[in-house]
Amino acid sequence: MIEIRGLSKRFGKKVVLDGLDLTVPKGKNTVVIGGSGTGKSVLIKCVVGLLRPDAGEIRIGGEDVTRMDERELVRVRRKFGMLFQGSALFDSLDVGDNVAFALRRLKMFPERQIQDVVEEKLTMVGLRDIQRLMPSELSGGMKKRVGLARAIAAEPDILLYDEPTTGLDPIMADVINGLIVALRESLGVTSISITHDMASAYKIADTIAMLYKGKIVEVGTPAEIRGSSNPVVRQFVEGRAHGPITAESEEFVRFVRRRDGAAAGEEER
Amino acid sequence: MTEQKRRNGAALAAERLGERVYAMVQELGAIFTLFLQFLSWMPRPPSEIRNILKQMEEVGVRSMPVVLVTATFTGMVLALQSYSGFQRFQATSFVGSVVALSITRELGPVFAGLMVSGRVGAAMAAELGTMKVTEQIDALVTLATNPVKYLVVPRVVAATLVLPVLVVFADLVGILGGYFVSVYLLGSNPYVYVAKTYQYLEFKDIYTGLVKASVFGMLIALISCHHGFVAEGGAEGVGRATTRAVVASSMMVLISDYFMTSFMF
Repeated sequence: MIEIRGLSKRFGKKVVLDGLDLTVPKGKNTVVIGGSGTGKSVLIKCVVGLLRPDAGEIRIGGEDVTRMDERELVRVRRKFGMLFQGSALFDSLDVGDNVAFALRRLKMFPERQIQDVVEEKLTMVGLRDIQRLMPSELSGGMKKRVGLARAIAAEPDILLYDEPTTGLDPIMADVINGLIVALRESLGVTSISITHDMASAYKIADTIAMLYKGKIVEVGTPAEIRGSSNPVVRQFVEGRAHGPITAESEEFVRFVRRRDGAAAGEEER
Repeated sequence: MTEQKRRNGAALAAERLGERVYAMVQELGAIFTLFLQFLSWMPRPPSEIRNILKQMEEVGVRSMPVVLVTATFTGMVLALQSYSGFQRFQATSFVGSVVALSITRELGPVFAGLMVSGRVGAAMAAELGTMKVTEQIDALVTLATNPVKYLVVPRVVAATLVLPVLVVFADLVGILGGYFVSVYLLGSNPYVYVAKTYQYLEFKDIYTGLVKASVFGMLIALISCHHGFVAEGGAEGVGRATTRAVVASSMMVLISDYFMTSFMF
């Protein structure tokens, strides 16, 4: 179980996370939804220790990762696998070496077995006979799947998905969704996904949490979120341009129009 | 009014200068911190021997042609210039000594350093910068691998070891270039030339040059890795990081050269 309490992070003057609370139950998939630039990536980067929060705590199996030094973090990070938005495959290594990366670094298996493990993981994501290809030779969907195979190679307890379906065509997005669900069922991993793709969120989530202005404003099952009465959540899940989330920017547009209109009126006079 | 404006202008200029100095000090601090991290990660297992060898090939073998061509022409032009100068007081027999001393003490290491700054520094900053902006460095961390250990240690070790080797070859072809120009183009006596080359050359001249080269290699790799690591903002950011790496490491080669020379005399 992952327990996040009062998590805050700012970059310069910009407050990104502002006392965020979230509980991620064991063996379930928690999906964090929210608009672009609301700090979803910052949240999972804090969880895996890539970013240090300014305040708050993140307890993973009872241990607070925010107070750990680099050496302890290395130990905790072995529990994690992460799928990056752009897949982040190492482009100087071929597919097989990418998937085998953590296995070799951690010396989890003798070299003879590594090939078999790599093949097994690639089969799990529906790929075969591509070990010797370079990442530059793969399509976006294949890269995501290789990234996923690499993330699960060292058998993590926790999987983090950063926008798993972004940039994929609808069919490939659904393939990835299916894989995420299948992995939860077959491996029993706890996972956090962040996305703004509602179709994906409904499909893969056990719990959906909405991130808005640095806080989690609503948590619920997909059905609960779909029927939420919170206007912020409603605007986001229904994908409307007008509503409380965009009110400020609409206000700004109106202000600019009014000012320009006034200026134009003055010129005419 | 204008007085006020001028004062504001001066204050603004001072502020900008202050910001620049602050940024430079900050950068030096960051590079020094990277150096400390390098030292602390270097001895820990696993040994990055395969990566180190790969980088040695990249820094050493692939820079060899550029360094050799540069050194040859440096030796040649040095012979030409000192011949035309020494002719004015009938001292042309010393051309060989001047070429040998200048090349081994100064020009061999410095030109090799500058060439490697351009070639290898740019490549390192671009590669690490691309890895940074495409989240590959974050991916390394999540795969239980420290980026300093995996990326910086092999590059710094390789550059530190390989640059002196490059300079040995640079010294050799530089001196040969000078010999060729003096003997075949300017008609110097080959025996006198060789004798003068040996007469004043001490072992110290050669090894201080090699020590310099080693330090240059370390500085270039550290600076370039640092600029790659802090790259931000897509392709444009990688481009900026690359330019900065080359400029900063070339400058550091020349600046550190002065200080090392003043200490080692």
